[in-house]
Parts: sequence; structure tokens; C-alpha cells
Amino acid sequence: MAAVTVDHISKHYGSTAALRQASFEVDPGELFGLIGPDGAGKTTLFRILTTLLIPDQGQVRVRGYDPVGEYRKLRRLIGYMPGDFSLYGDLTVEENLDFFATIFDTTIEANYHLIRDIYQQIEPFKRRLAKNLSGGMQQKLALSCALIHKPEVLILDEPTTGVDAVSRKEFWDMLLKLKQQGITILVSTPYMDEAGLCDRVALIQQGQLMKMDAPARIIEAFPKKLWIAKADHPYRLLLDLREWSDLAAVYPFGDSMHLTAHSDDLDETRLKQFLRERNHTSVEVARANPTIEDCFMDLMNQ
Amino acid sequence: MKTIRFLLQKEFIQILRNRTMLPLIILMPFIQLIILVNAATFDMKNIDIYVVDQDLSSTSRGLVDKFEASPFYHLEGRSFNVEDGREDLLTNEAEMILNIPEGFERDLRRKNQASLQLLINAINGNAAGLIQAYSNHIISGYNQHIAVEWTQGVAAQKQQPLEVVYSYWYNPEMNYKIYMVPGILVILVTIISLFLTAMNIVREKEMGTIEQINVTPIKKYQFIIGKLLPFLIIALFELAFGLLLGRLIFDVPIVGSLWVLFGVTVVYLLVILGFGLFLSEISDSQQQVMFVTFFFMLVFILMSGIFTPTESMPDWANKVNVINPIAYLMRIIRMILLKGSGFADIWQEFYSLLIYAFLSLGLAVWRYRKTA
Repeated sequence: MAAVTVDHISKHYGSTAALRQASFEVDPGELFGLIGPDGAGKTTLFRILTTLLIPDQGQVRVRGYDPVGEYRKLRRLIGYMPGDFSLYGDLTVEENLDFFATIFDTTIEANYHLIRDIYQQIEPFKRRLAKNLSGGMQQKLALSCALIHKPEVLILDEPTTGVDAVSRKEFWDMLLKLKQQGITILVSTPYMDEAGLCDRVALIQQGQLMKMDAPARIIEAFPKKLWIAKADHPYRLLLDLREWSDLAAVYPFGDSMHLTAHSDDLDETRLKQFLRERNHTSVEVARANPTIEDCFMDLMNQ
Repeated sequence: MKTIRFLLQKEFIQILRNRTMLPLIILMPFIQLIILVNAATFDMKNIDIYVVDQDLSSTSRGLVDKFEASPFYHLEGRSFNVEDGREDLLTNEAEMILNIPEGFERDLRRKNQASLQLLINAINGNAAGLIQAYSNHIISGYNQHIAVEWTQGVAAQKQQPLEVVYSYWYNPEMNYKIYMVPGILVILVTIISLFLTAMNIVREKEMGTIEQINVTPIKKYQFIIGKLLPFLIIALFELAFGLLLGRLIFDVPIVGSLWVLFGVTVVYLLVILGFGLFLSEISDSQQQVMFVTFFFMLVFILMSGIFTPTESMPDWANKVNVINPIAYLMRIIRMILLKGSGFADIWQEFYSLLIYAFLSLGLAVWRYRKTA
């Protein structure tokens, strides 16, 4: 049985559709990523799964329970970490953890093994008020609090937004460890590089799920050939490339540009020639391997 | 039970850790009682008068002396010209002009009657009324005095066939402070309980912690009790603390039973806490809830009869006061403390508050939802 089943759910805020007929399933023990830009409907979807929001249409089951009718049973089984830091800033690290353990009718000791790796990093500061922690440490505390009642399904809404690169990496290492303990994890993120770490990802845009598969298979299925172009002045390069009529899409990727052509062939020599005529220096054009981000950009352009 | 205990513990830690809140909770009773009770008095002292004595007779001088000798008056100036006095009225240097016309003594002796003029600044009608009453008292006293003197006591007996003897009950010295202290105490517990609860849930909303709480298996009643009980306890503490201060500083009598008083206050606080909770549930930000709470507070306090007796308010105002919880406690606390009324005397108000408490808490519970 799937850990999470979402069957054609829709949710509207007034006349704005936040979710349109979204359907997917998450297997037990899976690390499932929801990738999409801000406002795509990720938070709405998670709030429905965590019993905080009632969908307008469709069926949802989390561990076999309906978040609307059986929310009482479900709340014991899920751990939720909202996008904004939502612990008590005026309580200490330890008091926060203790508080959430108690309202779930458990103790820190009982489930310490689950949070040990994470909590040990913030334990030296356990008498510090939560509001005085750094962003990365706040996220670790929030994760500890979401885990303290040993949830079967962990739902994390953009846990790494606004966190530095090192902490982000540490955070994902922890998620992978939790996955090994058999916890089903749903995580949303706007960072494409994090998508590659998930077992499966779903790309979501404007409330619609556009594609869902293992990251490697999504990349495999990328329908076009991809080139990378580089020059000394990236912004001018972008503007000039947009004038080149053979190209279907041009978008910045790091300090270079990714290009797809209308046909499967791109005359690299002619393009280089064109760019040199436009006074570009250090021009490089080469074939490139697509990433998740390329797949996402491609889907967005359709 | 364990969950509720923990919720309470959490709320108290947060309150005690709040550097603005805690001093305020301790200092507020002190400041409110000492400042408000002393300032909000209707006793008039040092009324500035301006004397225009155009008669300059022994009788007119005698009258002015009476005013000067009274502790209520302070002679601001004197002249022969009423216009000078008017100037002083305009600049607020004098509150009243005593104008004694020329021929005052002559008329009094010949015609047995004479006129005086009192010009009183009546911007504050209440104060003007008091000044007039005090002045009348002095003038009629002087009137009797000269009548006795001039007729060797015959007139005095004739003029007063009925003698009125006053006896002021429950506040024999007519000490305004004793009347004010219980009123201030009501305001104190109301402000503390209403504002603290109203701000509390909104704050959790603003910080996003309500989201985290909502996904836990906490039950509705546990959450609401956890939110109400701390402020009920704090408000009761404030009442006890304020009563102690009132007793020590102002020597306020505590004639009735404190048990009855605290019992009624608990029911009253349930009304206020339920109301505060409801307001915070329908608001999204602390600013919003602050405005709404302030609005209700102001209306309810001014209509509650803290300064002016509700009996002298118009009929419609008394009808509005049926839904004003502050008016109930204002009446009850004075009855218990000053008159020593027992439960038998206040049961009507008590049951009204009880019904009100059910309504207000019911509304709060009904409106509280964990899912949107």
C-alpha cells in the first residue's frame, strides 16, 4: 500500500487555483521531492496532507487515513516542518523539544535514537533561546521537533530555503539517514540540485504536476539536445543568443548559457562566427548533458 | 492532564521570560492604584476665586473672609471691576468670580434682602456644580450667621423649622478614594486578562507556531484551557495584590466575604477571557486585535460606572450595560467590599455573569478551528 495517495485534488483560494487535479503516490520509505517555483502550490499540497487544509475536490490518503475525516489518528503519524520557522523563539532549544515531545505523549529519551545525529549538533546550545539560533541550527531544531514523536511520514516544506550551502548539505545527509530508518519523506524545494538526491521527484507548476519520475529517468527522457555557450560577458551573450533564430530556448545556467535548438542539429561553427561578429571574446560552444533544471525549464516553456 | 500541565508550564515560562510583560504585571497595580485613585477624585480643593467687592462694607468683607477661611477656596485676586475678574476667568487663573454689588449691606438692612453674583467657569459642568454647591453652602451659612447676629437669635429659630441630620452609610466620611479603589481593581483585572489572551493566540499565528501546534494531537479543550488558565491565574493574582495595596495604602474596607468576591471574579474572568480568545481567533495580526480590544475596553469601561453612577445614565445606556460585563463586576465589587453584601444580595448579577460566561466561552470554542 502506498504511504501517500493523492487522487485528483484541487484547491482554490477565491478564484485563484492553487492546485489543479493533482495526483500522485508515494511508496513507503521513499524520499519524494516536490520541485517547483514559488507559488506553484507546494505549500498548499503539504497543508492538505498535514490536515491543515481541506481540499475542494479529490481524495487523499496518508498511511491509509483520510486527512479530513481521520485527522486525529493521522496527526500522530506525521511530522510536519512548515516553511517558516515555527517554534517558540522565547523557549530554549531543550524546552521546545521537550514541549513537542510531551504534547505527543512521549519523551525525548524514548525517541532520542531518531534525532541523535541531528540533535547532537545543537545540543551544546540547548539552553539558548530558539530565536537566537542561526538559520541552519533553527532548521535542525525544527527537524528534531518534527521527528520527536517518531512519525511514519515526514513532510518538510522548503526546509533548506534561506540556509547556507554547508548546512543545506548536512541537512540532506540527515534526510538520507532518516530514509534508511524507513521513514517516508516528502520534501519540497526550489533548489534543482537537491532534486537529484530524491528517489523520485514531481515537477509542479501553477498547481499542476507536470512530470514525475526518478531524477535520472527524467533527465534521460529529456527530448532535445543541449548545448552550452560561454563568453566573457554573459548578459550580452544572452541578449545576442536570443536573436539567433535557430535556437528554441536560451537561459542562464550558472555563469554560462544553456541552449536548445529547433532541430536536432546546431551549426556550432556558424554560431561561434555570429558571436565573434558581435564582438564576444573567449567564445565556447559545446554539447552538454541535461540536468533536472534543464528538464524543468523545458517543461515550463511548453 | 499531563498535556494541560505542560501547556501551562510553557505559557508561564514565556510570560516570565518576557521582559516587557513581567514588570508591567507587577507595576501596573501600583501605578494604577496610586496615580488614578489620587488623581481621579471629584473632591474640589483650592478653587481659585476672584473677588469683586464693590460694596466694601463690614458685611461684604465678612463674606469674603468666610470664603478665604474655607480650605476649598483660594483667593486669586480682587478688584472693583468685574472686567478684571473676567480676564482671569478667560486665562483660567480663576474658576469663579464673586461679585458683590454696591449697596449690598444697605439693601440687606433696609429691604431685608440683597443680591450677589457668582460667575462660574462651567466648561466642566460637574466641577461647576460642585463649586456652586460649596459656595451656596458658605453663603447660606453666612446668611444665618448675620441673621442671628442682627436679630439676637430670634430669626434663626424661626427660619429653620425642620432640621435635617445626615448620616452617610457605607462610606461615612464620603471618601472618594474608597469608592475608586474597587473600580480601579476591576479595570486592572480586565485589562490584564483581556489583552493578554487576545494578544496571545494572535502572536502564535504571527510567529507561525500555531501551525506546528495544529498538526499535533492536542485536543481543542486542552489547547483552550492551556490558553485561558494562565491568564485567569495572573488576573486573580493581580486582584489579590491590588486588594492588598488598596488595604495598605488607602485603608479600603473589606466588609464582605473575599471568597464570594473571588468566586464572582472567576466567573467574570471567564467572560472576559472567552471574549479575548474570540477576538484573537478572528484577527490576523497583533495590530488588529489591539485596535478591536481597545475599542471594546474603552466603551465598556466608560459605561461601566467607574466614575459616574450607572443610575444617572440615560435609559438606553442602562440597557446597553446589560451586555457590559465590566458594569456587573463594578457593581458587585463595591457592594461586597464596601457594603458587605453576601451572595444572597448579588445572585442576580452572578447568574447573569454565569450565563454570559457560557456564551462567551461557547463562542470562543465554536470559532476555534484547527483546520482552515
